[in-house]
Amino acid sequence: MRDFVSSYLAAYGLSDLQLNQIILAVDEVVANLIIHANHEDESQFLDLRLTVDDQVFEIEIEDDSKSSYQPSLYKEPDLQEHIRIGKKGGVGMTLVNRIMDRVEFTTTGTHNVCRLYKRIV
Amino acid sequence: MKINQQTTENTLTLSLDGELDASSSVLLDTELTKPEVLDYKKVLIDCQRLNYISSAGLGVFISHLQRFQDANVKLVFFNMQEKVHNVFEILGLDALMTIVPSEAEATAI
Repeated sequence: MRDFVSSYLAAYGLSDLQLNQIILAVDEVVANLIIHANHEDESQFLDLRLTVDDQVFEIEIEDDSKSSYQPSLYKEPDLQEHIRIGKKGGVGMTLVNRIMDRVEFTTTGTHNVCRLYKRIV
Repeated sequence: MKINQQTTENTLTLSLDGELDASSSVLLDTELTKPEVLDYKKVLIDCQRLNYISSAGLGVFISHLQRFQDANVKLVFFNMQEKVHNVFEILGLDALMTIVPSEAEATAI
């Protein structure tokens, strides 16, 4: 997946930093969906669709799962508290939200779509 | 992801080689969880060949930091690539962890 996004964006001459950020944001969403939507079942699939339109990178990531991510339940993590209690997870969506210009989740029945947008320069 | 180890009397240096993501971070977690890691005064993480880190990799370091502090073991990162350092910065982890440019500075801490 990271190679796929990277080779797609190769034509756009992004800096190392920006390319890495976009790949990371996509990776975080995909990793979450593999765990929470597909339950790490290797026979399950996710669909990715990427475009760059008018200097805006857009990716749609679709899954078919009864459960869907609820962005309204998102809370900013308290990192010092994470360190104190030795918490391992819970910062992936923070990276996505801070890197991307816009993050949307929509659900129709068992069909969930995550859309990420980022202006590239 | 490969993890190479080097030890002196007081220092354990782990050199990370490759990409630290949801699957490979398990390897690192296993290394850092070993009780003998706390026998050293310092654990240095050489990031020169670390090409990528995701939240799962960051989470491994976050989850061990307090345990290291309680045991008086310093955790120091060095030789970090700019794009990897940027990921620490996005979360503000660069202010909570010790990251220095070179091995010489890591050794001097």
